Amino acid sequence: MAILSKEEAQAILKKVLSFSKADSCELSLNGSDGGNIRYARNAVSTAGQISKMSLAVSSTFGKKTGMATINEFDDESLKKVVARSEELAKLAPENPEFMPLLGPQQYADAPTFNAKTAAITPDSRAEMVGKSLQVSKAAKLEAAGFLENSTWFNAIMNSKNLFAYNKSTDISFSVTVRNQEGTGSGYIEQRFNDLDKMDTLALSKIAASKATGSAGAKAIEPGKYTVILEPLAASDMLGNMFRGFDARSADEGRSFMSKKGGGTRIGEQLFSENVNIYSDPMNPDVPTAAWNNDGVPINKTQWIENGVVKNLSYSRYWAEQKGVKPLPFNRSIVMEGGTQSLEELIKSTEKGILVTRFWYIRSVDPQTLLLTGLTRDGTFYIENGEIKFPVKNFRFNESPVIMLNNVEALGKPVRTGNGMIPPMKIRDFTFTSLSDAI
Amino acid sequence: MKRKDFLYLSGLGMGALMLPDLSAFGNTIDPLQALESVDVKIKKELADVALNAARSKGASYADIRIGRYLNQFVSTREKRVQGIANTESYGVGVRVLADGCWGFAATNKVTRDDIAKAAEQAVAVAKANAKIQGEPVQLAPQKGFGEVSWKTPIEINAFEVPVKEKVDLLLNVNDIALQNGASFVNSVIFAVNEQKYFASTDGSYIDQDVHRIYPTFNVTRIDRESGKFKTRNSLSSPMGMGYEYLTARPQDKVSGIVTRYKGRYDMLEDVKAAALNASEKIKAKSVEPGKYDLVLDPSHLWLTIHESVGHPTELDRVLGYEANYAGTSFLTLDKWRSKNFKFGSDKVNVVADKLQPGSLGAVGYDDEGVKCGKWDIIKDGVLVNYQAIRDQAHIIGLKESQGCCYSQGWDDVQFQRMPNISLQAGKEKLSVDDMIKNVEKGIYIIGDGSFSIDQQRYNFQFGGQLFYEIKEGKIVGMLNDVSYQSNTQEFWNSCTAVCDQSDYRLGGSFNDGKGQPSQSSAVSHGSATTRFNGVNVINTARKI
Repeated sequence: MAILSKEEAQAILKKVLSFSKADSCELSLNGSDGGNIRYARNAVSTAGQISKMSLAVSSTFGKKTGMATINEFDDESLKKVVARSEELAKLAPENPEFMPLLGPQQYADAPTFNAKTAAITPDSRAEMVGKSLQVSKAAKLEAAGFLENSTWFNAIMNSKNLFAYNKSTDISFSVTVRNQEGTGSGYIEQRFNDLDKMDTLALSKIAASKATGSAGAKAIEPGKYTVILEPLAASDMLGNMFRGFDARSADEGRSFMSKKGGGTRIGEQLFSENVNIYSDPMNPDVPTAAWNNDGVPINKTQWIENGVVKNLSYSRYWAEQKGVKPLPFNRSIVMEGGTQSLEELIKSTEKGILVTRFWYIRSVDPQTLLLTGLTRDGTFYIENGEIKFPVKNFRFNESPVIMLNNVEALGKPVRTGNGMIPPMKIRDFTFTSLSDAI
Repeated sequence: MKRKDFLYLSGLGMGALMLPDLSAFGNTIDPLQALESVDVKIKKELADVALNAARSKGASYADIRIGRYLNQFVSTREKRVQGIANTESYGVGVRVLADGCWGFAATNKVTRDDIAKAAEQAVAVAKANAKIQGEPVQLAPQKGFGEVSWKTPIEINAFEVPVKEKVDLLLNVNDIALQNGASFVNSVIFAVNEQKYFASTDGSYIDQDVHRIYPTFNVTRIDRESGKFKTRNSLSSPMGMGYEYLTARPQDKVSGIVTRYKGRYDMLEDVKAAALNASEKIKAKSVEPGKYDLVLDPSHLWLTIHESVGHPTELDRVLGYEANYAGTSFLTLDKWRSKNFKFGSDKVNVVADKLQPGSLGAVGYDDEGVKCGKWDIIKDGVLVNYQAIRDQAHIIGLKESQGCCYSQGWDDVQFQRMPNISLQAGKEKLSVDDMIKNVEKGIYIIGDGSFSIDQQRYNFQFGGQLFYEIKEGKIVGMLNDVSYQSNTQEFWNSCTAVCDQSDYRLGGSFNDGKGQPSQSSAVSHGSATTRFNGVNVINTARKI
């Protein structure tokens, strides 16, 4: 069994530390149990079940660090991995950015584990996929999808008596449903810690209805449009932006967060006033471990407040250079929204485009965070508050910074990937060409 | 190497936001230990255990891959070494056909008992899935080769070169960048060695030793006054070679407005040019959008070939197996059956080649025991073939597989991956200078940049590293903010000239992603400098 309890993990790590001869030593132990089913053309194509556990040992003499890992746990192997990391440390050059280890910390206990999700079997996976196939077969459509569940634990310990442990579960499901003629395609994906929230039947019905509804798409001129981004589409744009919420690259002058003449843009009104984004490991809808790999506690952090940049992340090294507290980034971002549903946002729109998802988003210019990508699997024209007809997919060239300056309305946030993201109504979103892809 | 590990280790990905997770890419090992490979006799014995166990449980076919995957990474920034790691991943994957359905299981415990157990699990998985399977798998016949072996023909094993030599080279690269005006520089060397043993119930026992190397850097120039920053990446290419790739000779250099490299690479020379280019880019003028004739260097064109020719001719995409992830393809079977689908102009000849020396995809045999070869994909502009594996061959009327099966490791199931896909050089003598002489209004693009393409591979947009404006047959200066947007078929039909073989060079992708769970593979794409007429160029400058 690859999932150790807090006490079991602590016992192994203590034993490993007792073998250390280095000035300082950091350990990271993690294990996972999980499985998946992949299907296409309405039939299972591959399936697997994987269980693994691994220990990483990082030993430091002065400022020289070496790292080694192992996946055997008898005493001889544990001694060997410690010795190997110490040998590598002696060979390594000095790291001028080495930070002395943290001592014991207090961490909140995040609600990341769900017993039902941990109890998923190959049979229950097959049953969930069966429900999805039932939808596509009944409607004479073709489904391709992927279901994956995982239970894992992480534990860290160091020679200054720091110890942290977290156990998590995760189930994710995605399905693309296409019509047999290949003229319509719909998609949905969902991810939860809690199995009870996952309904592969209902989700597959949404994908199927998008497949049918998107058939026979009309071409309309590319240009600037009001768009309603479903949370999945909005989330991909935000994810690309948050990779730049790093103080060091901003201070170094090579980020869209860099200030002209030097420094960062913390404190600047960079977005519309209705943009509020934070992260919180204790959020019950999107919980994460309340510590990072360095052992720095992760607390609730406001990143953007009323459109003003409030914080950027600081590594321990960069925080020391700048005389501030280290601030780890937390991927589980929560964007506050309103109470409107997606349907209500559509109803309030005179003319616009509804975007199910984006695809192949790549950075074009890191200076302005200009991104390019395409719409995919369900793009529709809205007029007078109603979806009128499906439209051909577009390529866009747009910066999420510009996008978040043009926010007309935000709906009710929903779990999307690792975040809680609202559907968004954005004006003047830039589509630059048409694609024939379905 | 798995893609997320590459991004983490390279420091080229998400930087500070990527969390270190060494366990994901195997165990860190002593460099010298990496050199001892496992005895073939032992591997054959272990393989027979799996094959016999699978057969006794009712498998009609079985194969086993015993894999030892070694990676070495050395990464630096400015005057500092960021990371040195040697990693190893060792284990066994067993794939079986039972009741007409595939099953797969893998274990990192390389003992007779655990291997037999994995084979039994694989059969159990196959039988369970067979209950919801439609048509049974049809496997193209493959003769057994007995005990054979293949090795990447390297001159210097990168794993035998001392780490200190690599660190010294990279810190030297960084110094040169900083001396020539760079504000920041990251540089890395990756080395990969796949020691793969394959055996199947067809009677093959194939031992292969595959090497790859990728030295690269990224230079950034900041202009504090204007608040602008510009980058220039290395013009190296990942290669299926040893450390000799880093020992460039005069004949390996292609002179021109910037020196490019053919087969071997001079990192110290290129980084000096890069630092100077980054400063030039700060001052370069912004492009006027419109139609231009594009002259594309092989260091750029490889990526356009990869995305717009390589991916849409993958048969699994054509058939719908990738619909939920990478997507499908516009090159549907009816277009291929028509025998007259004009993919490109008459100048466009594309071949798939699994044997090309120095390429990332070169192996003797694929990961399901098929001997590798070479075939036409696009002939005189017409779509003539795809990329197939054993369970797909019958769909396109082939009697045997084209040998395109690959898995990134012992613990992932093998599936169809792209072979090296290359544009053939022009048959008539044509130099880059002569090509540029005839361009009235054009842009000469060197190096790969931003890339994005739709899920059926029609609409794409590509950037680059260096853009030079061509006016009336002459290069008149550098441009900024250039991307070109086109449709695959339109673009390849606008191809009007391809330089001759003397300009042919390889580029490639070290980490091409596909599949769920996602797997990475490495693949090369060759071409000579090529001209495309009247392509739509957009200006990507914005204000925030």
